[in-house]
Amino acid sequence: MKNIKYLLLGTVFGFILTKTEVISWFRIQEMFRFQSFHMYGVIGSALVMGVVSLQIMKKLNMHASSGGEIKIEGKDLNYGTAIGGLIFGLGWAITGACPGPIFALIGNGHLAFIVVLLSAIGGTWLYGALKEKLPH
Amino acid sequence: MELFNGPWPWYIGGPLIGLMVPLLLYVGNKQLGVSSSLRHFCAACIPAKIPFFDYNWKDYVWNLVFVLGIGLGGYLTLLIGPNDYAIGISEATISDLRLLGISDFSGMVPDQIFNISMMSNSSGWFFMVFGGILIGFGTRYADGCTSGHTIMGLSNLQLSSLVATIGFFIGGLAMTHIILPLIF
Repeated sequence: MKNIKYLLLGTVFGFILTKTEVISWFRIQEMFRFQSFHMYGVIGSALVMGVVSLQIMKKLNMHASSGGEIKIEGKDLNYGTAIGGLIFGLGWAITGACPGPIFALIGNGHLAFIVVLLSAIGGTWLYGALKEKLPH
Repeated sequence: MELFNGPWPWYIGGPLIGLMVPLLLYVGNKQLGVSSSLRHFCAACIPAKIPFFDYNWKDYVWNLVFVLGIGLGGYLTLLIGPNDYAIGISEATISDLRLLGISDFSGMVPDQIFNISMMSNSSGWFFMVFGGILIGFGTRYADGCTSGHTIMGLSNLQLSSLVATIGFFIGGLAMTHIILPLIF
C-alpha cells in the first residue's frame, strides 16, 4: 500500500504526457524536423520548472515527507552516456516514443506498442548480457 | 472543463511535467526515471544469472508501480475525450511525412505503421521491434532516458545528462533526416 502514491503520481504523469501530445509519433517527427515549437516548449518549460524547484528545495533544505534529507544521486559520465544516448535517439525517432510514452500509448489503446515495450525489454536484456564487452 | 476536453498547449503540460521532479523527491525521495523499470522487469522475470540483473529488484517496486500508473493515465484520457482527432502538427511536417508514405494523420500515431497486423511486414518489424530494441539497449547503456536524463538530470544540472541529451538529439536527427529517407 505504501506504493499507492507512486501509482497516483504515475497516473498524473501519464495523463499529462497524453494531453500534451508528447506521446504522439507525429509530434516527435515534427520536433526532429524543427517544424514547430511545441515539443521544445514542453521540454524547455519542464526544465525551467525542474531547475527552479530543485534550487528552492535545496535553499530551503527541504526534507522528504517520508522523513530523511532529500538527496539526488548523480549519473556517471562515460563513453556509454554518449554512445547509448545516440542509440536511444535512433530508436526514439523510429518509434516516436521514449519509455514513458510507450506505457501511456498502451493505456491509450495503441496496443501495437506492447510489441515496442517487449522489444525494449529485450534490448535492455541484451545490454545486460553484453555490458562487460561494451566500451564505457 | 475546456482544459480537460482538448489537447494541452506546451505552457500547461511542460511545467506540469517539470513538477514531477520535486513531487517524487518530496513524496518519497525518488528520482524521476522510466527506463530503469525495464531493467527491474528483467531482474524480476528474466535475470538469467546475468550480473547486471542480479540485485534486489523488490527495492524498486515503486518504479514499476509508477510506470503502471503512466499507462493508467493514458487510459484515463480516453474516458474524458476521444483520442482519434488529428494532432495539430504543422503543414510542413504533413507534407514531409506524405513523402515517407504516411497518408492517415488521425490519432496519436500513424495506425498504418503501428498496427499489430504490420508484423507480417518488414516495416512493422523495423518500426516496432528494431525501434524498441534500440530504445531498451540505448537507455540502459546511457543510464537514462528523456525522463531520467533530460528532465531529472538536467534539472539537477548534471553534465552526464547534458551529454546524454545531446546524444538523444543527434541520434534522432540522424534517423529522421538520413536513415528514414534512405529506407522509405
